Amino acid sequence: MNKYTVINPHSEFKVINTHVHNVDGVAKVTGRATYTFDVKLPNMLYGKILRSPHPHAKILKIDYSRALELPGVVGVVTGKEDTLGIKQGIWRRYKDLCDEQILPVDKVRYIGEPVAAVAAITEEIAEKALDYIDVDYEVLPAVFEPMDAIKKDAPEIHEGFERNINITRHIEWGDVEAAFEEADYIREDWFKCGGQAHMCMETRVAVSSYTDGKLTIYHSNQSPYYLQALMAGVLDMREGDVRVISTYTGGGFGGKFELDGAIFCSAVLSRKLHKPVKIVYTREEDFIASKRRTPMLYYVRTGVKKDGTFCAREAKVFTNGGAYTGMGATAIYLTGFFHSFPYRWKGYRYDGYRVYTNTLPSTSMRGFGAPQAMFTSEQQIEWIAADLGLDPIEMRRKNSHYEGYEVPGQATIASCGIDQCYDEIQKWIKDKGKLPANRAIGISACGFMTGGIFNWFDTPYSFSSAVVTINYDGTVELRVGCQELGQGSNTTMAIIAAETLGVKIEDIKVYSGDTDQCPADLGAWGSRQTLMTGNAVKMACEDAKKQLLEFAYAEMGINIVYDLDIKDRWAHIVARPERGMKYEDLVKKALRAKDGQRIMGRGYYTPHRKGMISPAYSYMLQGVEVEIDEETGKIKLIDSLTAHDCGQPINHLGLIGQLEGAFSMAAGYGYLEYMPFEDGKLMNPNLVDYKMIRATEMPPTAVAEIDTYEPEGPYGAKEAGEGLTNPTAAAIGNAIFHRFGIQMKENPIKPEMILKALKEKKEKEQEKKKGKK
Amino acid sequence: MEKQLLRLTVNGQEYELYINPKTLLVEAIRDHIGLTGTKRGCDTVSCGACTVMIDGASVKSCSVLAMQAEGTKITTVEGLEKNGKLAPIQKAFIDHGAFQCGFCTSGMIMTAQAFLDENKNPTDWEIREGIEGNICRCTGYNSIVRAIDATAKGKYEEDRS
Repeated sequence: MNKYTVINPHSEFKVINTHVHNVDGVAKVTGRATYTFDVKLPNMLYGKILRSPHPHAKILKIDYSRALELPGVVGVVTGKEDTLGIKQGIWRRYKDLCDEQILPVDKVRYIGEPVAAVAAITEEIAEKALDYIDVDYEVLPAVFEPMDAIKKDAPEIHEGFERNINITRHIEWGDVEAAFEEADYIREDWFKCGGQAHMCMETRVAVSSYTDGKLTIYHSNQSPYYLQALMAGVLDMREGDVRVISTYTGGGFGGKFELDGAIFCSAVLSRKLHKPVKIVYTREEDFIASKRRTPMLYYVRTGVKKDGTFCAREAKVFTNGGAYTGMGATAIYLTGFFHSFPYRWKGYRYDGYRVYTNTLPSTSMRGFGAPQAMFTSEQQIEWIAADLGLDPIEMRRKNSHYEGYEVPGQATIASCGIDQCYDEIQKWIKDKGKLPANRAIGISACGFMTGGIFNWFDTPYSFSSAVVTINYDGTVELRVGCQELGQGSNTTMAIIAAETLGVKIEDIKVYSGDTDQCPADLGAWGSRQTLMTGNAVKMACEDAKKQLLEFAYAEMGINIVYDLDIKDRWAHIVARPERGMKYEDLVKKALRAKDGQRIMGRGYYTPHRKGMISPAYSYMLQGVEVEIDEETGKIKLIDSLTAHDCGQPINHLGLIGQLEGAFSMAAGYGYLEYMPFEDGKLMNPNLVDYKMIRATEMPPTAVAEIDTYEPEGPYGAKEAGEGLTNPTAAAIGNAIFHRFGIQMKENPIKPEMILKALKEKKEKEQEKKKGKK
Repeated sequence: MEKQLLRLTVNGQEYELYINPKTLLVEAIRDHIGLTGTKRGCDTVSCGACTVMIDGASVKSCSVLAMQAEGTKITTVEGLEKNGKLAPIQKAFIDHGAFQCGFCTSGMIMTAQAFLDENKNPTDWEIREGIEGNICRCTGYNSIVRAIDATAKGKYEEDRS
């Protein structure tokens, strides 16, 4: 049903890229996996958050005395009375970008922003108590769109940010003007890219318990270390006195590594009331008061030669940043960088403006600015090829990155399989032959990062660390700080450990998601864990293995010129594999020789000398076959092929899952997922009105995996599963272009947009005819 | 509202609850009985994370009151294992990587099980329609469809007595 082909396979591995089951599988299919949503502590209270009904208002007075009179209500907290009023943000290194108080002291900036929180003996009572909290607001004028917010007379959302411009970013290389001079053809377009909800199946949820000056928090998140550090910061505690546990996380997609109302309010309530407090967001709260993918207005100007050689590109972007900075600061940089991908530009210039508005803050979401960048870039490239009468695939191919290419001043591409991706896509299209009249194929290329090199969080720790301990019986404890969200990182790390140590997957026990038990790690964002934590795990296991092999030399009396290795629990001479000893026996002896100490290995990774953005880049092409109903404008996805280079795949099942999952989220961004606001209010904050891909909308997802070798990655691995969120919206747009010749400059591409464009096209053609007569 | 006595049969066990008659079945299962395998992902009967089987049919347990389920046989995800052995559909989900974060998985598996009990030789499209009411944000569904298809073909049958 779903074809999976491998180009250039490597087969020297025992565990890597084999059919390894997810190590959390049994827990997840039996319902035993305990999420924060399931946590219940003795004496626990339930919290609810009172939210602002206004997009912009001063908080004059909060009177919760009536709420306290309700039987069952235990306490209420407000920003002014119960917090230090510390402005926080995940860009900790830059004070002016730390602009958010989770419980604001004097002003609210979007509808749904927390204003107060109440704890009661039941959730029902807490919910009821919200009606008994009286807040006096002074409503202020509000602004919702970036182009309105940058006007001179627009309301000021944060003090000291002229024209509400939160951050600007500039990227430039080459002589842009001269490069445009070389071009025979220049095209410019404006695009409008929508927001998107992360829509994690587990809504934001936290259980906080403050006792004896220590805070323990169960929280559904992507980076326990970040949450630990951020909570310590806002509560003025030592990081070591805050423990964050997130064993299982019900989805993240970029939306769960900043402070949210659930974690902050439950902790503040718990500290005040000396009891554990649980806060669960309803689905509606999760829509209106978590964060979202950044909506962007994109101007793109591109110059090419007649033969399709790319010369120069200039892009300007205005984003709807919403009320606070969050991870939006990273998104505005990455969209500008990946807008150049995967092509070579002699001159490239990008200017991004992140603009505050009185709407739900925008932040990172899977793809991290790149889905917007590709929706605009990859459609314009398709139109340019059509304008010049060139083959759009060959035009892309001749301008693409290649192994060894240097993105001027930014990055060196150490591995790149995009050329073979083009081959696979061409084969796929050719094999399809002639399509029915109502169908067309669209493609889109893309490249993405494998973890970020930036340290805006200002962590003093290595980006990733791992500790491996080998017990007397040969079982292995692996402690990592990378976070399992379902992407399979626990399994991926177990695979790397098993491969490196030469043991079986069932020998490895992975401990993650607990800041008390695991080393600090930046967590799951920017596609960083496989490479960064993977490198740390590999290093830790090599360290432990070296200790074992030292004993093996002594024990077996082997000439030191021979190489030793362990594979499948057999420690042996590489040149004479039959000469060796059992791993289990080796461990027992080594441990005895070490005066009973367990064998421990340590590993860490921080990228160095890898440019400014990322240690490695993945490449891919997405092809989609789309059916469009001319009468209704309805889109149906018929078939798809992903041609993909993630270096050496590690976790085979995980990789397929990531690609298919990324495709579904990307397709949703292309034509279904839509966040309409009216006067700052989200109009569809529920799963009836917010449409996503369901099983019946998902086409077959064939994958052609191009195995390359990335020198910086563990065993040659690089990013998979986030990058593929980027190309699909443009591929759908390109299919519509080939079907009807209409250009879709806004996403999600809704049926009414297609119908409108068709009508306009018809009118234009009629006018032309009239003109000829 | 006055609390009432309710007897619920879940996974073959009879539970006696004293609850508000407005209590939803999902709340009774999770909060009163303590079986947290069944999840909740929305408040609008849209996501299917809370799906259980009532007398063999898949039902979103947020769409019925606990009182309405009195006298029925309820099965939750915890009830699929027999003698420590996984049900075929559970093995298939593991073998096909048909879950990621796992939060929709309990409901998805219950929908799949009820579907398979009714449909012995389903087509790809029938499987898709069968799980259309369940949202999975992670997988893109195709691995789930493959797992259900393989289960229907008998790939994971074994003696669990």
